[in-house]
Amino acid sequence: MWLLNSSIGKKVVMSITGLFLILFLTFHMSMNVVAIFSGEAYNMICEFLGANWYALVGTLVIAGGAVLHILYAFWLTYINRRARGNDRYKVVDKPQGVEWASQNMLVLGIIIALGLLLHLYDFWFKMQFNEITGILPDVNPHDGYGLIAEKFANPAIAVAYLVWFVAIWFHLTHGFWSALQTLGWNNKIWLSRWKCISCIYMTVICLGFAAVAIYFGFIA
Amino acid sequence: MEKTINITLRIWRQRGPKEKGAFKEYALSNISVDSSFLEMLDILNEQLINKGEEPVVFDHDCREGICGMCSLYINGHPHGPDEDITTCQLHMRKFNDGDVITVEPWRSAGFPVIRDLMVDRGAFDKIIQAGGYISVNTGGVPDANAIPIPKANADEAMDAASCIGCGACVAACKNGSAMLFVSAKVSQFALLPQGRVEAARRAKAMLAKMDELGFGNCTNTGACEAECPKNVSISNIARLNREFIKAKLKD
Repeated sequence: MWLLNSSIGKKVVMSITGLFLILFLTFHMSMNVVAIFSGEAYNMICEFLGANWYALVGTLVIAGGAVLHILYAFWLTYINRRARGNDRYKVVDKPQGVEWASQNMLVLGIIIALGLLLHLYDFWFKMQFNEITGILPDVNPHDGYGLIAEKFANPAIAVAYLVWFVAIWFHLTHGFWSALQTLGWNNKIWLSRWKCISCIYMTVICLGFAAVAIYFGFIA
Repeated sequence: MEKTINITLRIWRQRGPKEKGAFKEYALSNISVDSSFLEMLDILNEQLINKGEEPVVFDHDCREGICGMCSLYINGHPHGPDEDITTCQLHMRKFNDGDVITVEPWRSAGFPVIRDLMVDRGAFDKIIQAGGYISVNTGGVPDANAIPIPKANADEAMDAASCIGCGACVAACKNGSAMLFVSAKVSQFALLPQGRVEAARRAKAMLAKMDELGFGNCTNTGACEAECPKNVSISNIARLNREFIKAKLKD
């Protein structure tokens, strides 16, 4: 199976799962921004998704994509480090035009994954998981707005989330165009275009997320 | 009057593939800034031989930037600090008096060290043997204009073919990936009608060989393109990916 055996095949899996997760983040951000304008509308979305069958299937697919992405990341990094050989260079000078993020995707990914665990505990555990299991009877799983307001009332949490968004921005600005390059959807002209689109698109996503954290942490 | 500089070289010495290597320092004085980097190493070796020591082993051949034989990882850059040149075209005017210059071999699992600064780049030959050619039964010579080729394609194929297979891309890549080399060799054929016929088989065979020989995976950092003495573009890597994925989807 070429998606398991070949180097390009493994990268294709990284690309497709990565692009899929970016798509998920796009929807996630769009829904979050609603909370700034109307708590009622936001809770409507929470109720609409909740623990309905389509939301559960969606959650499983997204979790599957994320797990594949992470497993392949460690696998590829292992192969890459082995390919580098036993002796390391004594002097390393970063060549011009090489993005910092592109050389530190695994580190950024680990930061993102750790932040994700905290984030899942803060919200998903108290919402969807709570609705399925009823583990926290005092928490209304559909009051997402209340949870946001409560969580971000602590500015330290808001700042931690902002740092997390910066890590995500670095990871995605390289990840987006890199995924398209790996899928072969690139050439001399589109190389710089994709990099530019990547930068704008990911800035919009991260600013959307950051807006919610800033609004509830420092303004509301 | 000719300008000269005094330098300290920190050179990787390793007696054989299995032996442990280490850096050794050598002081060189009165090196003309007009001499090339390899001439400077020749001067060092002459001094070492006169002292009865083992000379530093390094690869070189044409010394005019076309054969791809010279290597050397100098101060953190394959082919040294200058841009778009090979080590043999690097001159001592790029360095200052009192500089410490660190010279290392290409470090990659695919390129084991033979001795000192010389590495075995036979892996590239094996990749070429796997599919980097067109199978043609030569008949009579056709007119050059019998098969029309768009100028843009011809230019891009020529740019890809300018790869001299020196291995700087592998040396520069944090993953020890040979994707720039393989993609250039796949592209130079894939862009031309004569090469299209075997394009799918070639992409699969060359990539399989690359993976088999222990090179890493491409992370699209672009370090290879930045360090390539021939400026081969990473857009070739996108073409290799495209050719490979298309070929696999057809299977």
